Amino acid sequence: MIAIEVISKTYASARALQQVSFEVQKGELFGLIGPDGAGKTTLFKILVTLLLPDAGKATVAGFDVVKDYKMLRTITGYMPGRFSLYQDLTVGENLQFFASVFGTSIEANYALIADIYTQLEPFKNRRAGNLSGGMKQKLALCCALIHKPEVLFLDEPTTGVDAVSRKEFWEMLGRLKNRGLTILVSTPYMDEAVLCDRIALIQNGTILAIDTPEGITTHFTKPLLAIRGADTYRLIKDLRTAPFTHTCYAFGEYLHLTLKSESVDRTYIEAFLQQKQHRQIEMHPISPTVEDTFMSLMDRQ
Amino acid sequence: MEKVVIADKLTKKFGNFIATNEITFAVDKGEIFGFLGANGAGKTTAMRMLCGLLKPSSGDAKVAGFDVYTQTEKIKERIGYMSQKFSLYEDLTVRENIKFYGGIYGLRLPAIKSKTEYILEKLSLGEVADTLVASLPLGWKQRLAFSIAMLHEPPVVFLDEPTGGVDPITRRQFWDMLYEAASNGTTIFITTHYMDEAEYCNRVSIMVDGRIQALDTPRRLREQYGVESMDGVFQILARGTSTK
Repeated sequence: MIAIEVISKTYASARALQQVSFEVQKGELFGLIGPDGAGKTTLFKILVTLLLPDAGKATVAGFDVVKDYKMLRTITGYMPGRFSLYQDLTVGENLQFFASVFGTSIEANYALIADIYTQLEPFKNRRAGNLSGGMKQKLALCCALIHKPEVLFLDEPTTGVDAVSRKEFWEMLGRLKNRGLTILVSTPYMDEAVLCDRIALIQNGTILAIDTPEGITTHFTKPLLAIRGADTYRLIKDLRTAPFTHTCYAFGEYLHLTLKSESVDRTYIEAFLQQKQHRQIEMHPISPTVEDTFMSLMDRQ
Repeated sequence: MEKVVIADKLTKKFGNFIATNEITFAVDKGEIFGFLGANGAGKTTAMRMLCGLLKPSSGDAKVAGFDVYTQTEKIKERIGYMSQKFSLYEDLTVRENIKFYGGIYGLRLPAIKSKTEYILEKLSLGEVADTLVASLPLGWKQRLAFSIAMLHEPPVVFLDEPTGGVDPITRRQFWDMLYEAASNGTTIFITTHYMDEAEYCNRVSIMVDGRIQALDTPRRLREQYGVESMDGVFQILARGTSTK
């Protein structure tokens, strides 16, 4: 449904995208995972025909993003990272406006947004500028859907939104996917990666890896342990200086310790920590998460 | 243990709406205190009162020993503050930002000079000292903003979602700075939407509809609610009744 072939884009001095290629299948929920400045927004703008690539080629539903931009705009829905609805129009007026721009009506495609719009209905006469973050995000999604697009582009829809609203938003995306929509979504939150069918990890304009969320963790090749102790800060400092440590990062309640090689014995680590007088040490081997993988790939880059 | 932030039934009403409803807690010297809640739960209102920017409707609070009703100017002088939205001047250089804030906090020129050298060295920003802040990577800006919030060596620093948008390694480097500051005795009062960061705090409070619904160490909260992570605790508590 989306085909990206060696796309590159440079602004003044910064290389925003470097030979990015991947494909998104019809009906797939595909996640583009990476921090601010990775190139996610640049790629989105190219795909929704708002920016020209310097090199490379991309098509959406078979339409070329440069030559066929008019056709392409009618079949894509786009929710930009920055809230870009009309702040001084009400919820209802914004939706009405976007429907009429695309030559349709709210009624014609109501089924598609019903699930989301019912949550907004109590506020339909409120100006968009006065909505809470979670509600703005839902309205923006409705506006991106109202012309019944085949492909949905969502650029960081959950940034700055609390953990509960984020979960609700992903449940909505799941239901839209079940209706057959193809969805390309970007996020800086690594924990959202597991909710996608496939993901691409992106950093500094380069794709680090593309796979299913489970598959991507196979790119993490070193042994990994979860460790905790009584004094986290001292533990992390001591582990970072240990001869067996490749990296050591805080990861929720545990530290994730990546070892230099398989041959490091756990009793050796325990002895090292005992010698440094660490108490209540608890450790066990774990499987890497998407975030562990991202960090190890960044490291290699 | 010395208490650096104390709130006792602190309340703020806007008309009929109770944004912050009788919140009570005390934060220790050198503690990392996570102040969590869904969007609209009342965190920002509470923080604004604690920073001396908003007068409470009722209740009491003391920050760094000063009263939030009568000594707001003292509070502003003595605390550090950093948020995603407001921190550095993009069209000033790194050096100019440090100098500017040093002046705001009333540091004398020799002190500003030595602090500047210290920050540039510590953050390895020597080569970009005379570069506009606008052109720095986000992660550098966040670390610089934190160092600037700490310029006048405040006993407590308030951080409002300081780590949004950066890569996972940069985010952890930021937390290394927080751990270091806390181990040197600075109290860290922080809001975040990253639930793994909630686990890094010594204690966390979770606000729901203006009230503090839970307050304990992450470990005890997980045990109390029978879940594996702080995200689990948050999902159970934070929805509340409000739909705004």
